[in-house]
Amino acid sequence: MADATEQTAVVLEAVGAITERLEAEKEHLTDLDSAIGDADHGANMARGFAAARDQTADMEDADPADVVKTVGTALISEVGGASGPLYGGSIMSASSELAGGLDEAATVAFAEAYLEKLQDRGDARVGDKTMVDALVPAVHTYKKSIEEDDLPPLTALSKAVDAAERGVEFTVPLRAKKGRASYLGWRSVGHQDPGATSTLYILEELLDVAADHLEGEIDRDATSPTIPDDEPEEE
Amino acid sequence: MKKLINEPEDVVDEMLDGMVEAHGGLRQLSGNEVIVRDGAPIDGKVGIVSGGGSGHEPTHAGFVGEGMLDGAAAGEIFTSPTADQLNEMVQACDGGEGVLCVVKNYEGDVMNFDTAAEMADIEGVDAEQVVVNDDVAVEDSLYTSGRRGVCGTILVHKVAGAKAAAGGDLSEVARVAEKVIDNVGTMGTALTSCVTPEKGEPTFDLGEDEIELGIGIHGEPGTERVDHMPADGITDHLTEAVLEDLDLDAGTEVVTIVNGMGGTPLSELYVVNRRLQELLDDTELTVWDQWVGDYMTSLDMMGCSITVCAVDDEIKDLLAAPADTPALTIQE
Repeated sequence: MADATEQTAVVLEAVGAITERLEAEKEHLTDLDSAIGDADHGANMARGFAAARDQTADMEDADPADVVKTVGTALISEVGGASGPLYGGSIMSASSELAGGLDEAATVAFAEAYLEKLQDRGDARVGDKTMVDALVPAVHTYKKSIEEDDLPPLTALSKAVDAAERGVEFTVPLRAKKGRASYLGWRSVGHQDPGATSTLYILEELLDVAADHLEGEIDRDATSPTIPDDEPEEE
Repeated sequence: MKKLINEPEDVVDEMLDGMVEAHGGLRQLSGNEVIVRDGAPIDGKVGIVSGGGSGHEPTHAGFVGEGMLDGAAAGEIFTSPTADQLNEMVQACDGGEGVLCVVKNYEGDVMNFDTAAEMADIEGVDAEQVVVNDDVAVEDSLYTSGRRGVCGTILVHKVAGAKAAAGGDLSEVARVAEKVIDNVGTMGTALTSCVTPEKGEPTFDLGEDEIELGIGIHGEPGTERVDHMPADGITDHLTEAVLEDLDLDAGTEVVTIVNGMGGTPLSELYVVNRRLQELLDDTELTVWDQWVGDYMTSLDMMGCSITVCAVDDEIKDLLAAPADTPALTIQE
């Protein structure tokens, strides 16, 4: 993608799109959270991204990595709960991967660093009914599509979003093992995880914005293997 | 549903404003939803702070004052405060002897307090953390986030606060806090769901003839839904679960708390306490003190929790030490 200023414009556009989407989905996310959590996920995410948009509003001339970092610190300061440090801390810490600009390799590195930080802090695995269930298949699919299948970034991102969507569906039958939902034990089964859902919304908005700026096909019917080995240690 | 609020997003700020107006010993940190003792930091005393989501009033800010907390951070309703908010509180409550953070065991609270402790450390403030996890309804295993911190937290505030007031250093204060944590258990029940300001309707649906057992304090459903029963039946169930978990030796002295969830009248809490004391009379345990009231609420939820804490002479002295806070006063 073009020079730093243009990349920054795209990042700011994405922040705006995510903010609008989370505001629109606020009630739905809160409803999902009511079933197995404490009914605040929608409001917290919408408030956090609104703050991120405000704090980055006059950053047109900044490096894209600095804009992303500011999004992270805004979420840390505004979201609270576990989602604040998980979303905000991971974005902030992964933002350094974008220091050289938003090329393919940098976006893969960002996605991997984001996932690593998230799992490091939240200590959740695939199957624990958390945002990790959407994120692991998405990151894995994105990396594989670019590095092994040599697909254009937009196609890779669309496959990743598809993988995330299936990850979200995969949370429904699971018993939660992390977060507030874990207190419900077996009663958490049958409900979709709100954190995995907000992760999907964010990825969908990234795809939507990317589609206006990148070449390539959107392929949301990917069937490639998406979940890496992540076996629980013991039963 | 009807609520006595203005805008949902203003509830926490407006509540804190009203609290500071009402209680002369409290002060709010500028631009931060943190309440501290008016004289904070107290030179030469270990600072005791806590915090968490709002909606549990009088917890935590109601316990700020002499002999208990130096500071309390209020998050949004049921949402942990942010790390920079907590860091600012820790700094404001350090009188040079370090700060003990009393944290209820929820992932958000633990993560944000962890980050705050790291930030405080960079500023040269020694912040230690104790994590309260007294809810016996939740299985503590690899496959859960561990037990929740609920009403037993108040006893930790009291004991740590008294130890700090008596001149204990950070490690001694942390030791007595851990002693309470190791010896306290709680279980709660809900007759209704709470209604958060943001959502405006019940977080979960509960039939007229149903109750939830093993509930938390955020409107998250409990571990089990059963038919409604008279107060004695509910009290029996909660008490048995707590005593079974604590597995105390004959002759142990205990403090009991019958805690209201916010929407249950005091009269009903006394009905529960009457049965609780009957049950304990039939055990080999000795009740040293009984607390009844709304200490750790869940907005307007109807229901209660029962807490039992084993106490030794050291803990008894600390619980009996004077305290002067909006929600708890103990005379010399």
